[in-house]
Amino acid sequence: MIKLACRNLWKVYGRRPGVYFDTAGYRIDPPALARRLRDERHIPAAADVSFEVEEGEIFIIMGLSGSGKSTVIRCLSRLIDATAGEILLDGQDLLAASPKELIQIRRHRIGMVFQNFGLLPHLTVRENVAFPLKTQGVALAKRHARADEMIRLVGLDGREDAYPRQLSGGQQQRVGIARSLAVQPELWFLDEPFSALDPLIRRQLQDEFLRLQRQLRKTVVFVTHDVLEAVRLAHRIAIMKDGFIVQVGTPQEIVLNPADDYVAQFVADVPIARVQYAADILEPLPSPGDHPNARPVVAASANLEQVMESLGNDFSAATVADTDGRPVGIVTLNRILQILGRRGGTPSGRGQLPGGHMKVVS
Amino acid sequence: MAENPAPFLLLGAAVILAILARSLVPWMAAYPADWVMPLSHWTGAAMAAFVDVSKPFFRVVSLVLTWPLDLLQQLLTWVPAPVFILLSALIAWQAAGWRSLMLTLFTLLYIWVAGYWTQSMNTLSLVSIAILLAAVIGFGFGVWAYRNFTVRSILDPVLDLMQTIPTFAYLIPILLLFGFGPVVGLIASAVFAAPPMVRNTLLGLQRVPSDIREAGLICGCAPGQQFWWVDVPSAMPQLKLGINQTTMAAFAMIIISAIIGGFNDIGWEVLSNIRRANFGDSILSGLVIALLAMSLDRITLGLAGQSDAAQGGGPQGGAVQAHRLSRRDFLFAAIGAVMLGAICSLLMTRLSITPQGRLMGLSESINAGLAYVTSTYAVFLNGLKASLLYFAILPVKIGLERVVTPFSWGFALTPPVIAAYWTLLAAAALAAARYRSMTAGTAIFVIGCFLYVGTTGMPWLAVVILVTACAYRCGGWPVAIFALVSQVFILLAGQWQQAMISVYLCASAVTLSIVIGVALGIWGAASDGASAVLRQVNDTLQTIPQFVFLIPVLMFFGVGDFTGLLAIILYAVVPAIRYTEHGLRQVPAAQIEAATAMGCTRSQILWQVKLPNAFPEILLGINQTILFAMGMLVIASLVGTDGLGQQIYIGLGKNDPGMGVIAGLSLALIGMIADRILRAAAANRKTALGIV
Repeated sequence: MIKLACRNLWKVYGRRPGVYFDTAGYRIDPPALARRLRDERHIPAAADVSFEVEEGEIFIIMGLSGSGKSTVIRCLSRLIDATAGEILLDGQDLLAASPKELIQIRRHRIGMVFQNFGLLPHLTVRENVAFPLKTQGVALAKRHARADEMIRLVGLDGREDAYPRQLSGGQQQRVGIARSLAVQPELWFLDEPFSALDPLIRRQLQDEFLRLQRQLRKTVVFVTHDVLEAVRLAHRIAIMKDGFIVQVGTPQEIVLNPADDYVAQFVADVPIARVQYAADILEPLPSPGDHPNARPVVAASANLEQVMESLGNDFSAATVADTDGRPVGIVTLNRILQILGRRGGTPSGRGQLPGGHMKVVS
Repeated sequence: MAENPAPFLLLGAAVILAILARSLVPWMAAYPADWVMPLSHWTGAAMAAFVDVSKPFFRVVSLVLTWPLDLLQQLLTWVPAPVFILLSALIAWQAAGWRSLMLTLFTLLYIWVAGYWTQSMNTLSLVSIAILLAAVIGFGFGVWAYRNFTVRSILDPVLDLMQTIPTFAYLIPILLLFGFGPVVGLIASAVFAAPPMVRNTLLGLQRVPSDIREAGLICGCAPGQQFWWVDVPSAMPQLKLGINQTTMAAFAMIIISAIIGGFNDIGWEVLSNIRRANFGDSILSGLVIALLAMSLDRITLGLAGQSDAAQGGGPQGGAVQAHRLSRRDFLFAAIGAVMLGAICSLLMTRLSITPQGRLMGLSESINAGLAYVTSTYAVFLNGLKASLLYFAILPVKIGLERVVTPFSWGFALTPPVIAAYWTLLAAAALAAARYRSMTAGTAIFVIGCFLYVGTTGMPWLAVVILVTACAYRCGGWPVAIFALVSQVFILLAGQWQQAMISVYLCASAVTLSIVIGVALGIWGAASDGASAVLRQVNDTLQTIPQFVFLIPVLMFFGVGDFTGLLAIILYAVVPAIRYTEHGLRQVPAAQIEAATAMGCTRSQILWQVKLPNAFPEILLGINQTILFAMGMLVIASLVGTDGLGQQIYIGLGKNDPGMGVIAGLSLALIGMIADRILRAAAANRKTALGIV
């Protein structure tokens, strides 16, 4: 079910951005309109952005700084007002909401995490987490009880009375996460939540995020400039450049089948083994007399990195099991090396990869 | 450097021509009186017309303000001294810790023992209400400016002007509108103290991080909630800093306003003591003001620092917070302090102990001691004064051509000597132009000309041309036009001669301040110990109301330019020290390492790496020094200096509002010309050095 839809969204900065969107004509040729805007000293920060987010999905918007990704997530929550387009939450157009309705939507249905945490410096951890409830007028005892619950959820119990300045960056972002979840929102927006953190802490919080999401099943829009983070967390990724979305797809689609050179360069750092799964390179079980358990057993959803880890130095093949634990085939080291070897060659050869993988499946 | 020498030569030629022509062409030497427009008369008339219309309204305001003032005064004088002392000490401790407590305790005990209790309580009630008024008004305007771009763009230059116009000039219209009396002092203080609050409010709100602002919105804040729960608390450290600055400004102004609205307060006490030339008493009462100001500064800064600590401030903030009592405990402690104080006071009445008057003899001893010192070291003090006067001050004021006599310099200014002077000057200027830059050569030449004819002897046309050219060179056409128009205004207003006296006094004070300040700044940057000492001295100098500086200087050197000069330097040297030290300390370590690796000696590093890098910052310090000196100029005019300051004072005394306001405006314009030129120069240097 589609939870959040964004249709033909434009955000233009400049002297008179409105005049370009008087009629529906702007939908005809977006790239030409963007060129014209730039020529006439306007900046299309978000241009003709359209996507749909399924309920419970993790949708990641990725791009370099200035690509428009932060603009889009801010338009979704109407922290900035879009110039044109539609944003539909359960079919209701957010852009048409009155200020009063908007406040209600934010109070009850949206939670957001910010790059620099956005914690209120004069409030304790507990008061910060309880703040969204305070704006709704929830009684003190009740909102503090709820806040303590959220603080436990993110593993910060014991620090309820600390002030933000007394916490490390990672801890501060845990508070930010707890606060964003305090009102049990349906939509969970995260704007580069882990970019300000050290690599080690970032990894920890990514795990934490996945754990929470498995538990809570929110509809997530997540903005990042870190490809590895996106590939690790996303169900689907949208890549933005100069205000436009250049490609939307699963991590595998984007890495293995980049839409253009820009995307290809962008994802060049992603190890292929991370987006190829055991199921993709399955070979039939050798013979009926085979002992599947003599080899390491891996899940069909394991990626090749994980498969290689379980192969270690001693095995040259692993048994692949389905969700019920029944062996359905094997993956061999030879096959893995073959797949990985193709990527390492000439960059232009990258586009041919999917063909190879189709062959295996058949 | 392929600079076209023509404009520079032309400039030099124009100055020489003007100097030569002044004896031939009378209008060149002095701006003719016929060319003056009766601006001050018009201003006076316009103000009188406005006052006639609006007087009832302002008088009502003044009446309304009288009530809380009287009420607070009665309350504070009714509260027994021990109660007040203990309670204040507790507040000081809660706000800023032990040192603040000791200072406050000492201050109040001293006031009590020295017998200035009633006066001090009157002053405190005045200051409190003024601060409250200024804080509320300042906050309101700050928020308005933050919300509305038009208001911001109007308010910015107005605040600029308000901070450059000498405080005395404020008094005149306020006096007209509100009449005499304590309330005038109150209003003048509030008006003077509001701008820092406006600025800090605006700054604080503008600096709320966007993440915090957006977090507030996403949490579903309604506009009111967003403002009071998110914006204001986040801006709080800056707001509290604003309160601190407002407090200090109100305090400085209270003493000045005693001149018009003096009643039984401490400012009046100091003023009348100075007027009676009773130095013992003026020292004792001046000390009250200085101590009160320092205590209040500590307490308000402590409050600001505390919230700093709560919001990610430095380690020092954390230390302050460690001793804090909770709100409830503080209330109990306060009740305890009040009861203890009440018991003390009852006991003292019962046993008829009065602390007052214990220092009765002190004032006489100070006077006697002072008389002894001045007579014993008369030779030294007079020698110091005379040598500075003849070799530094007078040449700048009336020029070498009139100062150099056999009596003072030991030789007369015979034609060969004159020829030698000009030859040397020309050689120095040419050498500088050849090896440094045309600008440096021209600067040397112009300074030489000024020294020869004196600031007051320089033909007005030459000054106008020079200043405008300099403004153009540093800041392009906008600054040049501003400088030209301002100077024409001063000429038309007939204030030129007075203005040049002010310029001379200011220039001498500023030059000396810079020499002393830069030297001390270099010292402070080189040694952490020195830096700590200097910081203490600077803080103290900056906290004490300007007025108090006059007392010790006056004691030793009597009235006159020299005393005024010293008082100005004491006050204006602070920014020169601070900015120099800061500029030197922020030179990137990588550059110093690179220089060291190349084998530079310490002095080479200082002169060739650090100072050029710190130069823009030092220029800004000089700018501040000039503005400080301008502010002090008017106060120094109380000890008999001439110039615009004196004009303002006379305008005040003669109740000639037009003259006072025009003189004040002229002084402000001079300050602003210097400010614009120096800021442009600093910006140019910064761009050239790539520090932005």
